[in-house]
Amino acid sequence: MIRYILKRLLIAIPVLLGITILDYFIMSLAGNPMEMMIGPRITQAAIEERAALLGLDKPILVQYWNWLKEAMQGNFGYSFKQNLAVTRLIGNNVAPTVLLMGLSLVLSMLIAIPAGIYSAVHQYSKTDYAIVTASFIGSSVPSFFLALTMVYFFNLRLGWLPSSGMTTLGTAWSLTDTLRHMVLPVGVMVFSVVGVNIRYIRASMLEIMEQDYLRTAKAKGIGRRRVINKHALRNALLPIITIFGMQIPMLFSGSVVIEQVFSWPGLGLLTMSSILNRDYPLIMGVSLLSAVVVLIANLVTDILYAIVDPTIQYT
Amino acid sequence: MQQATTAPGLDRSLAERISHETYYQTVFRRFRRHRPGFISLIFLGLMLLLIAVTPLLSPYGPNQITSAFSAMPSAEHWLGTDQVGRDMLTRLMTGSGISLFVALLATVVSTLLGVLLGLAAGYFGGWIDIIIMRVTDIVMSFPYLLLVLVAAAIFGPGMWNIVLILGFVNWPGMARLVRSNVMSLRGVNYVQGSQVAGMPTIYILFKEILPNTIAPVLIYATSVMAQTMLDEAALSFLGMGVQAPTASLGNLLNVAQSYTILETKPWMWLPPGLMTILLVVAVNFIGDALRDAFDPRNLQ
Repeated sequence: MIRYILKRLLIAIPVLLGITILDYFIMSLAGNPMEMMIGPRITQAAIEERAALLGLDKPILVQYWNWLKEAMQGNFGYSFKQNLAVTRLIGNNVAPTVLLMGLSLVLSMLIAIPAGIYSAVHQYSKTDYAIVTASFIGSSVPSFFLALTMVYFFNLRLGWLPSSGMTTLGTAWSLTDTLRHMVLPVGVMVFSVVGVNIRYIRASMLEIMEQDYLRTAKAKGIGRRRVINKHALRNALLPIITIFGMQIPMLFSGSVVIEQVFSWPGLGLLTMSSILNRDYPLIMGVSLLSAVVVLIANLVTDILYAIVDPTIQYT
Repeated sequence: MQQATTAPGLDRSLAERISHETYYQTVFRRFRRHRPGFISLIFLGLMLLLIAVTPLLSPYGPNQITSAFSAMPSAEHWLGTDQVGRDMLTRLMTGSGISLFVALLATVVSTLLGVLLGLAAGYFGGWIDIIIMRVTDIVMSFPYLLLVLVAAAIFGPGMWNIVLILGFVNWPGMARLVRSNVMSLRGVNYVQGSQVAGMPTIYILFKEILPNTIAPVLIYATSVMAQTMLDEAALSFLGMGVQAPTASLGNLLNVAQSYTILETKPWMWLPPGLMTILLVVAVNFIGDALRDAFDPRNLQ
């Protein structure tokens, strides 16, 4: 088992390096971030001096090597725009996103698992059709449009819920206030991923129900309920684990759009502003962080697989 | 089609007809039975027709500025006008056309890439497979939208760049699908027979293996197209996609970032949003119908 984990870790390292290389070189195509500083009041000499200070006058390979060397020591450079360490900027913004993503993940699974399993067990029933159709239509709604519609109804029309930020400005922090701010963004995020999850769990469950061991269980005459609860559900754990892994990149992408609409002060908002400002070190930091999170999620998924399913050979 | 000839009560001439139809006739007949899918196909066809005739029927150009600013829907402007006085209905139809065009083209790009790379990885195996699959892993372990946004920021937003960017980030799923299909087809007797007979690799790949993976590729391509439409909308909404004055469903929604417009001028943002949903739902349903139609277990 430990060998298996080590092997998976070793495979992840070249992928991670590949990501940083891809990242760095694509960004070098973007043109010089110094262009953003050019103005009538800045002399050419000042620009060159600043470029030399930031190491931007060196060849791209040297720049990448320098970045990599520093990154190994935990130093991801300083944001061009805000003159703060990238790690610190990310650290400041990570909690709101984790809160948003974590809650959305849990809620969407709490909805998708029972709905998907119910739908599969009662295949071709009216409820099944309703669940499948709803999930189809649900995953066809652009999340930002849903977000706008929610703001329109619950904030502008009804005035029930706040629509931006994490807290009401000028008031002392309180749990209920933050929770009220979370309703809309979390709601939209759950809605935008739950449809895909339901369909995935339903499809996997249907596949499980066609297996020979379930036919055997049915043939034993132990009753439908026990067949499903004892034999089918246990095997449904695998697709559920898969979904957890699949969710992470989806939620990351979703958070960029949703944080933008709701001014949620998290990583998505930071990412968007770093992209608009061509803030290289910050873009590198955010992409690397997200890639690491995704890789870890994949790794954990694989390990959980090996634990849950004894037929998987981990050598 | 054992059922077609033995099912009691089935019209004999119908059974006769079914047993003589070609593969694609069978597929189409099954497709028609999927009601949401068939309705979606008609709806999409109708929309394409409307988009095509909009320049002929509409008294306004898509970027033409009239004297009515932010006008409510009226007899002259059925869906009202935007803040600079352009007719919303004309822009909605033009924008739908652009969005469909971008999504279709990006889907074609990613499908071609995915199919070619998947064929190569699955058929040749070895280090070709290892390299292609590692690259696939790298592209897939990026949060998708982040990659697209970074690329859009770098290459500059704009319609053609968006087509290429969305096309170039969407192929890994297709490549994996084709690869696994090819790997199972590689062991099939007729392929091995051709290999033994010394048929050229190109012939085996494109005349024997590819036609047998067309069904899953088509089905997967519809889901890529639906996803691409949503992504184009999101990108243009964030201002990183199709650029004004060219209309697209996403950048028409851009104005709704202002709360005043969101609150008081719903005609500016509701129709493009609803249109996006309708089009994406239609594409998704068509994919679902294709899945049923191509499914060999489907005995209808």
